[in-house]
Amino acid sequence: MATHGKSGNRLVGAPIERVEDLRFLRGKGNYVDDQSLPNQVYAAILRSSVPHGRIRKIDKTRALKMPGVHAVITASDIGADVPVIPIRLQPLPEVFPLRQPVIAVDKVRYVGEPVAVVIADSPGLAEDALEYVDVDIEPLPVVASRKASGTDESLLFPEYKTNLAKRFTGLKGNTAAAFEGAHYIKKQRLAVQRHMALPMEPRGLLADWQKHENRLTVYGAGKVLFFNRRAVAEMLGFDESSVVLIENDIGGGFGARGEFYPEDFLIPFSSYFLGRPVKWNEDRRENLSAMNHAREMEAEYELACDADGTIRGIRGHVDVDNGAYVRSNGLTPPRNVAQFTTGPYRIPNIHIDVSVRLTNKTPCGTYRAPGRFEGSFFIERLIEIAAHDLGIDPIEMRRKNLVNAGEMPYPMATMQHIDPYTDTECDSGDFHVTFDRCLKEFDWDNKIKLQGKKIDGRYHGVAAGCFIEGGAAGPRESAKLKLDADGSISVFVGSSAVGQGLETVMGQIAADALNVPFERVKVFHGSTHYLREGFGSYHSRSTVMGGSAILLAAAPFKEKLRKAAARRLEAPEQQITLIDEHAVAPGGASIAWKDLAADDISSEESFSNTKHTYAYGAHCAHVAVDPGTGHVEVLDYVTVEDVGKIINPLTLHGQVIGAVVQGLGSTFMEHLVYNEDGQLLTGSLADYVVPLADDYPVIRGVTLDDYPSPNNPLGAKGAGEGGIIAVGGVASNAVENALSSFGVRIEELPLTPPAVWELIEQRVNAGNAKI
Amino acid sequence: MQIRMRLNQEQVELDVQPRVTLADCLRHQLGKTGTHLACEHGVCGACTVIVNGQAVRSCLMLAVQAADAEVTTVEGLAADDAPFSPLQAAFRKHNALQCGFCTSGMLTTAHALLTAEPDADRDRIRSVIAGNLCRCTGYVSIVDAIYEAGEAYRVGERS
Repeated sequence: MATHGKSGNRLVGAPIERVEDLRFLRGKGNYVDDQSLPNQVYAAILRSSVPHGRIRKIDKTRALKMPGVHAVITASDIGADVPVIPIRLQPLPEVFPLRQPVIAVDKVRYVGEPVAVVIADSPGLAEDALEYVDVDIEPLPVVASRKASGTDESLLFPEYKTNLAKRFTGLKGNTAAAFEGAHYIKKQRLAVQRHMALPMEPRGLLADWQKHENRLTVYGAGKVLFFNRRAVAEMLGFDESSVVLIENDIGGGFGARGEFYPEDFLIPFSSYFLGRPVKWNEDRRENLSAMNHAREMEAEYELACDADGTIRGIRGHVDVDNGAYVRSNGLTPPRNVAQFTTGPYRIPNIHIDVSVRLTNKTPCGTYRAPGRFEGSFFIERLIEIAAHDLGIDPIEMRRKNLVNAGEMPYPMATMQHIDPYTDTECDSGDFHVTFDRCLKEFDWDNKIKLQGKKIDGRYHGVAAGCFIEGGAAGPRESAKLKLDADGSISVFVGSSAVGQGLETVMGQIAADALNVPFERVKVFHGSTHYLREGFGSYHSRSTVMGGSAILLAAAPFKEKLRKAAARRLEAPEQQITLIDEHAVAPGGASIAWKDLAADDISSEESFSNTKHTYAYGAHCAHVAVDPGTGHVEVLDYVTVEDVGKIINPLTLHGQVIGAVVQGLGSTFMEHLVYNEDGQLLTGSLADYVVPLADDYPVIRGVTLDDYPSPNNPLGAKGAGEGGIIAVGGVASNAVENALSSFGVRIEELPLTPPAVWELIEQRVNAGNAKI
Repeated sequence: MQIRMRLNQEQVELDVQPRVTLADCLRHQLGKTGTHLACEHGVCGACTVIVNGQAVRSCLMLAVQAADAEVTTVEGLAADDAPFSPLQAAFRKHNALQCGFCTSGMLTTAHALLTAEPDADRDRIRSVIAGNLCRCTGYVSIVDAIYEAGEAYRVGERS
């Protein structure tokens, strides 16, 4: 990997090998299912097999008679008011009636919705007993598509009077004027399929209610522990101080893991109910129907351009199939697609309406680059189509419309129907630099010669596109530094780890800030008892926000060291220097930091931020399409991204490559398929196909840090999502370009071999082309 | 049923229910929680262990089938107090892991491969680990790490 660091620091910017690896590589990680407590019992969740229905009766008798079964918990055991899952992002009161109860009360609204919890002596017994809970559900008409949702013939929430959960609008300029008399207007339907984050580790929880200590401890929490602690405490009627959430090692996040799900109440409640520790782990089948789904959107956009390719405006609407409930972050993808469809391009007039529709499917939430992957697919397709229609080189058309460095900070569309904290602007950078660099790394000038050519039976295509990546969501993040008796430094951060190497990266930042060796710093994260508050890991924020908080905490920490040393060395505080873990007075007298530990050398600071960071970059793809099978081989894929400040090129590069491959899965493979009856047909990893090691061998990434963010002391920008954003648009453009002789028009993902074959076949059958 | 196996160079004896998989037995009866379960139907490879020299999905094998077998889990690739094996060191150097959940299965699969075929080239490595899902890395760094570690296995074979 090429890096282009400018930092003079020793650790920040260096490819430090990860501290996490020391345990993971020996099989000594501590994931939640690795942990057990004495006297624990096991939960299994009975989930609805009916997509929409009224619960007539739940009879627990047979299950409760089974030896080893301790309890069968249903809504009636929880009380008159069954809690609902709070909305963490965009908590708009008008959609509160659409929040998900933690267990089905009188209705079920998707296959996989929890109906009962069985607690037994072993996981096997609990699963066996599920079959003996007799549930009688009267089926209601199923809403299995956006179209059915839009008719409002069958309502998920009759009292809400419509299946249209929410409408967002992104606005800028005056689209009516921009479209009036435009040389070229293209109307185009484009759609992204339902798929999901699919972290490798299924979810799990271990809850331990200790009545006599009045303390609930929950292991297996993640991502946003402080928010989730508040939620579960409120639901159970406990003080927040009686609840501790512990983050174990987590086998992947990608937006989905760690949000508040029904089980985040049900398992702690079960422990409270029984007075024993309760453990639960989902299997993969449950995971595929219970964890947040994502991305199912259909756009109908119009793009208006001048004859020279200058984009005048974009307008249209996006229909989002949200599933059955508005979950904790379910509104984020639809609001993002309204604001970020235009990405890095200067589009002065924008009017995008987004409709969030309820259907009898698993509720949606965020998946890495929520709304941004979808928006990028839409805009990159539109630009490519427009360039071809106008007879302009697609590269030149993008150059013409990329925001220039001189236009920074560049404002995005303004959001309507949402709280006021949504205006945002690209903070810094030069989009042309990353675009040009990407074309160069890719060897565009030579590869373009292959465009549309048939070589050894396969058609070759290339494409390029650009993206911006949002990061560093506020409001704050906290960090605490503490000098330990042995002279090492404990660093506590409110950021959470979901497998991204947080301990290493935070350790680098802290060690540099205090000028101590990396080994002297220990990083603690992800438990609610370390700090007063914390906000966690989402929106590519943990490095920027937690790292900035560490920098802020370092100053008072050093001041305390100097103050303590001044007393001991009897020298003026201002004249004490801190060198090599020693405090040194002007005359040369010195004292080791560890000898000052008794003076309580610690500091806690929080970094507040209302401005997001925008990393940015470009992607290029080269594909070969087999017209006989529809299979697409990705021969080369290159990304270039400027992330403001590189903390660890090793971990960053890993994020970039991993994200690209996830995006290729989104583009070519992954699909959560429902039939018209609302049944999920892809209930195992044999049906839900993700990229394997032999699918995409050539992925290249280059990361730059030429333009630091002006919005935080690190200068860093969130960088965990950029690898995925432009993949859908760029890879599908390459496929369409490869098949230009057939005149295929790609409207939807995924481009599975049968889907590509079908596109070709349609054109051949219509007499428009032959293989 | 009473069974015996040789687990990570140590003889163990245990009483195991006939319906228990080798994965659950290793994790919950023998404390080898480095073996991970991510699909329980033989697709993802996270639970791969080495049984009599062969990489095996321990979620698809009953514990009783491992009676009298030689079983190696990730914990057996390097002694607790020993430095990393060349394979583990290469994984760390190349950042061939992020969340760490698939890592145990990747390591055991790669160890079985390189032991049998120390000359495995990148294509061979890719095709063998295509039976192990990783959601974080995109596999590029994993292939690099395994390929680099091959040298140590070749040296082992020559000596």
